Amino acid sequence: MSALLEIRDLAVSYHTRTGVVRAVRSASLTVESGQIVAVVGESGSGKSTTAHAAIGLLPRGGRIEAGAVRFDGRDLTRLGEKQWRSVRGAGIALVPQDPTVSLDPVKRVGEQVAEVLLIHGLATRRTAPELAVALLGRAGIAEAAARARQYPHELSGGLRQRVLIAIALAGEPRLIIADEPTSALDVTVQREILDHLAHLAAESGTAVLLITHDLGIAADRASHVVVMSEGEVVEQGPTAAVLDAPTQPYTRALLAAAPSLAREPLRPRREPGPEVLVEVKGLRKTFTLGRNRTGPREVRAVDDVSFTLTRGRTLALVGESGSGKTTTARMVVGLEAPTAGTVTFDGHELSTMGDSRLRALRRRFQLVYQNPYASLNPRFSVEEVVTEPLRAFKVDSRAGRRARAAELLDQVALPVSTLARKPAELSGGQRQRVAIARALALRPDLVVCDEPVSALDVSVQAQILELLVRLQSEHGLTYLFITHDLAVVREIADQVLVMRHGRAVESGQADRVLAAPAHPYTAELLAAIPGADRVPLG
Amino acid sequence: MPDTRTRTRTLVRSPGLLVSYAVLVFALLAAVAPGLFTDQDPIAGVPAERLRGPGAAHLFGTDETGRDVFARVVHGAALSLWATLLAVLVSLVAGSALGLLAGFRGGWLDSLVMRFVDVLQAVPSILLSLALVTALGFGTTNVAIAVGVSNLAVFARLMRSEVLRVRTGVFVEAARASGVRWRGVLGRHVLPNSLGPVLVLATVTLGVAVLEVSALSFLGFGATPPTPEWGSLVAGGRGFLATAWWMTTFPGLTVAAVVLATNRVSRALDERGEA
Repeated sequence: MSALLEIRDLAVSYHTRTGVVRAVRSASLTVESGQIVAVVGESGSGKSTTAHAAIGLLPRGGRIEAGAVRFDGRDLTRLGEKQWRSVRGAGIALVPQDPTVSLDPVKRVGEQVAEVLLIHGLATRRTAPELAVALLGRAGIAEAAARARQYPHELSGGLRQRVLIAIALAGEPRLIIADEPTSALDVTVQREILDHLAHLAAESGTAVLLITHDLGIAADRASHVVVMSEGEVVEQGPTAAVLDAPTQPYTRALLAAAPSLAREPLRPRREPGPEVLVEVKGLRKTFTLGRNRTGPREVRAVDDVSFTLTRGRTLALVGESGSGKTTTARMVVGLEAPTAGTVTFDGHELSTMGDSRLRALRRRFQLVYQNPYASLNPRFSVEEVVTEPLRAFKVDSRAGRRARAAELLDQVALPVSTLARKPAELSGGQRQRVAIARALALRPDLVVCDEPVSALDVSVQAQILELLVRLQSEHGLTYLFITHDLAVVREIADQVLVMRHGRAVESGQADRVLAAPAHPYTAELLAAIPGADRVPLG
Repeated sequence: MPDTRTRTRTLVRSPGLLVSYAVLVFALLAAVAPGLFTDQDPIAGVPAERLRGPGAAHLFGTDETGRDVFARVVHGAALSLWATLLAVLVSLVAGSALGLLAGFRGGWLDSLVMRFVDVLQAVPSILLSLALVTALGFGTTNVAIAVGVSNLAVFARLMRSEVLRVRTGVFVEAARASGVRWRGVLGRHVLPNSLGPVLVLATVTLGVAVLEVSALSFLGFGATPPTPEWGSLVAGGRGFLATAWWMTTFPGLTVAAVVLATNRVSRALDERGEA
């Protein structure tokens, strides 16, 4: 077979006002017709830049410095904007990363698919709508004719991603570049989308260049894997060869860091302790979304959830988006008032408590947010961030707080020099460490972690999880851990509660639930984890 | 923060900006130390020299009582610019406070404050300031307050929308969750992160305020004669427009130059803020 896409010694730089950033230093890879090739790497590895260079869509300031990109024998680096138009869509199509922003919000999705057909002359104004519906159907959308008349905001994330796939398919491309097509989606939806993409590729002989940070996805879907790090391809070859017998230390480190069900827990699992710290009984939360003819339209975000959390243990709340796990956690820390039910923290009932008593109690439970890019005030220095809870409760003198901040940074393994820096100067992992230091400042009993690692790279994830486990044993902390990732649960949780559509479907000791799920939904979640069916990695 | 070299380069590349900065520096110097530019008396005239055209002795000519127009423009800068600054300060402080309160507290207070702001904005600003200055009484300070109040609606709106944006930020909730009182959340988190665009608006409003303060002073609401003020200088020369054009033209051009310069500079600040 001849190579459909061939990238040779590609080097790409970004020219910005502050200087030149060499995003890709030397990347070579080939994709043959009908193949699925995965490019894996962490953020900043240059994998997306390589993909965008292949379709001539580098962001402003991006420039190909050296190397060649050949598609079907043509050198793409020499194409003018006009020639590109015949390649994009018809030759190479792109499925972008974020389905929430990649569709035009004011156009019906059917029109957006039809637009591609018209541009490439594959349909006339009369036939385009019908063909668009057929394409939406092929992309796996049920009742495609009705969906085609809807706007993007009326569709779920999974459906929007399917629309993007339909748009990519419209030009009958020979290569689809999928840039993290499922990172923003739930695991069960992710599985459906990837199954479908693989099915389409096999059926029509379309090749797929799959960009992903998730080794599990690469392992499940791709015949070849290309591992990138810091702008260079460090290793490539058939999937089984690369993942089972990696030759490069970086690939080995990446594999070791990837959370997977095959990995051992970071700490022996424990039975519930003797002292109940948090008790949640019959918790409900309804949100009102305007009114319709029959009365107020209500959504039950949390519906009759009960659990107890004992001191020194970790309880994981697991569920997909919309399962109510975050709302539950917010009620536990008093940021949201329950519609019904009670939250009792160490004998104090939160819902009947006045504002000032609740504030006083906040010393004892703290929160770590999912996105460390949003949870730190951009104008604060790290010292101000970390000492803020101390200031709020007037703990210590100024100098004493400064000393405590240095001590906290030491505990989260950041150098003391970080104190003077601004969050924008730190990496995602460093920022999350700062957020954890802030949460620990008041020596709380309970730390609620809301997806604390899902915005981070896998190797950073592993470090943060280890840090959390270490801090737990050092300070006797109790964790309520919100996550969508069962692999993370396996690594750190003692007890687990699985939620779906606002209800608790299963709960119990983590190893029991993961090994022998009693509820079909838990089993489905487990099966959907990428890489789950692979043999344990040596 | 751009270093000095890039800043100098930007200035050299856009001569318009350079000239604008120069105009503003001159105007400010004139306001602070008028003696630097002229040693002639702005109040007492020399009757023998009345209605002289512009020339070496009198750069902008003289008026009907023989006072040097250039000296009067230079000495008028202090009062006119002070009134302008005061006006913008009133808009900035009162408008931002209203917007902050409305955006942060929400609910009925938000509705109340914003309907009041709507009413302010429904009346043309020059008409509103005329009405206000009539109620407050004459004088430069009152003119400044009137102009300030008539412009505060935009500040309140912008501040409110910025506060609404920042308030939903995760870091704001994180502060609340870690036990910070609402005053701390407002003062340390919401306000500093909302203030940027409002300060840019303040520089844009400077130009408008120069114009409005001069307009009111032109109509005679400002300082009592013979104290010079740019607007009243333009007004004073009206009767002599046919014979002594310089009496209105030069003060008028001065106002125009300052307004244009402020606009150019504020645009540059805005662009830098966005970049």
